[in-house]
Amino acid sequence: MASRTGRPEHRAPPDVFYNEQEARKYTQNSRMIGIQTQMSERAVELLNLPENQPCFLLDVGCGSGLSGDYLTEEGHYWVGLDISIAMLDIALEREVEGDLILGDMGQGVPFRPGTFDGCISISALQWLCNADKKSHSPPKRLYKFFSSLYASLARGGRAVFQMYPENSEQLELITAQAMKAGFTGGMVVDYPNSTKAKKFFLCLFAGVSDSLPKVTSSIYFHHLSPFGHPSDVKDAMMRHRNMKGKSAKKSRDWILEKKERRRRQGRTVRDDTKYTGRKRKNHF
Amino acid sequence: MKLLTHNLLSSHVPGISRRFPLLLQATEVKVSKVDFNQEFISRMIPKVEWSALVEAATSIGHGDDLPKELSPEYESNTELLQKVHHVLLEVEVVEGALQCPESGREFPITKGIPNMLLNEDEV
Repeated sequence: MASRTGRPEHRAPPDVFYNEQEARKYTQNSRMIGIQTQMSERAVELLNLPENQPCFLLDVGCGSGLSGDYLTEEGHYWVGLDISIAMLDIALEREVEGDLILGDMGQGVPFRPGTFDGCISISALQWLCNADKKSHSPPKRLYKFFSSLYASLARGGRAVFQMYPENSEQLELITAQAMKAGFTGGMVVDYPNSTKAKKFFLCLFAGVSDSLPKVTSSIYFHHLSPFGHPSDVKDAMMRHRNMKGKSAKKSRDWILEKKERRRRQGRTVRDDTKYTGRKRKNHF
Repeated sequence: MKLLTHNLLSSHVPGISRRFPLLLQATEVKVSKVDFNQEFISRMIPKVEWSALVEAATSIGHGDDLPKELSPEYESNTELLQKVHHVLLEVEVVEGALQCPESGREFPITKGIPNMLLNEDEV
């Protein structure tokens, strides 16, 4: 999508870009709705919330409330923050369960400390990396956002951001500010070998440095790089490209690698057994 | 805007120390039905500032059922929890305003959505 139409955040500020026409797409375009719901599902999975407990969550960049609908479905309560009035109007029209707030994430999250059990955000964070006004400074706005979010999360709370990073510098900018605000965490990349299906999830933990997100499905999950240093994220992005040390064609190792590769693309692949890549008998 | 959200909101005007509670003014209030979830309400009560909740509910005419002081055994008191549920989740401010307790900055509420956007010169 990005290559065909250009990145939306380069075209106009979010409150201008998401006008009525653009917002309307989020109720009519079933493909868009499908993708949004899928990403929300994955983000909630990564939040690793206690099972069967209704939680109070923040949805940053809630837009028309598609992600919120999924939260409601899962039995959670939520508050949505968005900068686009047109998108919030659609959310009202769709009669979402959560409360809506018109606000700019770069001005900070206006909530009392310890309010939320968790935070999700679908395709919103990259908007903060642009300076849409003369007074905007992306690092400062990111820091303001992360530090206020850190405070508003309950101890041990998590925040999961699905995003489309433009390049590794942008990722570095984001993770550096998140760390400065006190977060720990890492990056989860789903389907890293597929250009189309590749999805980035930035997982941040407030307070307790818990284990990295529990992986419920091994097919999904590929890469998690805890960021001790911001450049680690870049390394993680590069690592896949550097798999040049290859095994001899048709050898067992080569077959195993190929199967692993296809598994990462999310395809159906037979399990590895002792028969995998075994030489067959010569019958003549 | 539900009163639960009001209770958790805090003013983000820079350079002030008293950010909570935001003063609530309502010109239109709506009551809608929300399913009662006892577990959620008892989980949220410790996060809620009780006195601020009573004050806000009273100011819009829905605070009569709430006790001034919250008894520590609220978890077993279903009747009380139901009242709290009603005030926290069912009463909604549709039109009105929120006012920052220190700077006096007003945040208008329209169609149930509080506008928390700060002007450029306030950031």
